[in-house]
Amino acid sequence: MKVNGETLVKGVLTAVAFSALASLLLIAVFIFKEGFPFMLKVGFSDFLFSSTWNPQVGQFGIFPMIVASLYVTFGAMLIGAPLGVAGAIFLNEFVPRPVMRVIKPTIELLAGIPSVVFGFLGVMVLAPFIREHMGGPGLSVLAASVILGIMVLPTVISISTDAISAVPNSYREGAFALGATRWQSVHMVILKAARSGIIASIILAMGRSLGETMAVIMVAGNTVRVPHAVTDPVRTLTANIALEMANATGMAREALFATGVVLFVVIMILNGIAMSAMKGRGKK
Amino acid sequence: MRSVSVQVGCAGLLAGIVLLAGCGKSREGITLAGSTAFQPFAEKLAEQYMATHSEVSITIQGGGSALGIQSALSGAAQVGMADLVKLPKEADALKSIVVARDGIAVVLNPANAVAGLTLEQVRGIFSGTIKNWKEVGGADHAIAVISREAGSGTRSSFEQIIGGITLTGDALIQDSNGTIRETVANDANAVGYLSHGLVNEKIKPVTVDGFSCAEKDIKSGDYKLVRPVFLVYKADASPACKAFLDYLLTAEAQELLHKNGLIQAK
Repeated sequence: MKVNGETLVKGVLTAVAFSALASLLLIAVFIFKEGFPFMLKVGFSDFLFSSTWNPQVGQFGIFPMIVASLYVTFGAMLIGAPLGVAGAIFLNEFVPRPVMRVIKPTIELLAGIPSVVFGFLGVMVLAPFIREHMGGPGLSVLAASVILGIMVLPTVISISTDAISAVPNSYREGAFALGATRWQSVHMVILKAARSGIIASIILAMGRSLGETMAVIMVAGNTVRVPHAVTDPVRTLTANIALEMANATGMAREALFATGVVLFVVIMILNGIAMSAMKGRGKK
Repeated sequence: MRSVSVQVGCAGLLAGIVLLAGCGKSREGITLAGSTAFQPFAEKLAEQYMATHSEVSITIQGGGSALGIQSALSGAAQVGMADLVKLPKEADALKSIVVARDGIAVVLNPANAVAGLTLEQVRGIFSGTIKNWKEVGGADHAIAVISREAGSGTRSSFEQIIGGITLTGDALIQDSNGTIRETVANDANAVGYLSHGLVNEKIKPVTVDGFSCAEKDIKSGDYKLVRPVFLVYKADASPACKAFLDYLLTAEAQELLHKNGLIQAK
């Protein structure tokens, strides 16, 4: 009886574990099945590198959206990565443990705020501010980058904190013994030792901001045009899918799946990089 | 002993759930899906209808006019709501009624001095040939054009009525009437368009060719930006569904629509 119970549990858990894998596989197959033939039909270079998106009359160029996704993600990293890594260093090296134990969960609480709330703040506070002080319509690359930069902070901080606290204390002691100040020990020893973990946190944050949809739809303005300034409105790949999904039929619907294929490939590449960065950390 | 009582409890709970589900079944479900512009009105009508007809349960879903027609075709919803100038070809297989008419208001921020535009100017603004408010009698500020997403029923009606324009590439895109309203309310130089029943005090509708987007001018046909609201359904729809559609054309329902800002079908 007991042996049967064991095998049963093992079987159930195996099935559960593989169901996650299976759903990933199904999603991939489905998106590619719907999107890939469309890309062949329209032509890869027309689809990826033409700038006119007008699905009603058969123009499907997603180049402005690829550029927009990359700009917004890059902008978010410019804001989120330095703030996040600096925060993680501060929490680990400059703050007494008990204080850190209060601050860290508070920051992680930020991850629980729904993206629509961030978007709402962006529309109500950030966009009018940008419009008044920097011109343009307010809903822009800059607004989206700032909102996403804040949204990824918990990811960057908590993973970087883990990486930094995993650095053996003997490293710090060694640095101090050689006469290093606290800041010297941080940037000469600890950051180098925790580098792969910090890079992984940033790449995970990139994936998060590339995939974020709701907040971006609300603050980016959704204009299909290659931006020339940070105050220009843009439409990201995810926003394009979410905006037009409800009303799309026929070719326009296939075009959205093809947009999904592009997004899927970009995110897979980023995750691949993240994984290899993590592996580098494991080796040490 | 304890495990037995737990089992009995579970069985009881299960029976309760089944019973509840059973009760739910005895009310006939009708689902309407489609136009987000008509959705709030459909909700009000459904509420009123269910107050006197407890035997049906009506669910209203948004999703857009195209989705409304698709859902009616696929059977995902019994009734599709579509506010288009004219129904597309694939809707030929469905029966349709016009339940109301809906004006499309061109709206500005209340801070904007411009009170009226000609149809020509509206066309110029949305196609991008007019870029500054001073060209149409306003202050010297760039116009921020706000439009709906491609495929929206409101957008396709709007573009058809003002004369087959290609929307300017500078336009900001918002995905519902509500977000259009918020964006225009927040930006002093914005211009957008939305279903006139959803205009509120935070935004300002302008006259087009001198006629206001109000009932009088819509009924007389002087205000040009008007489209019908179609409800499409399969010919073999359930009697309860047909009864609800009949109710929508009664004086009582039409009056309710009218009170909330739509124009009666006839």
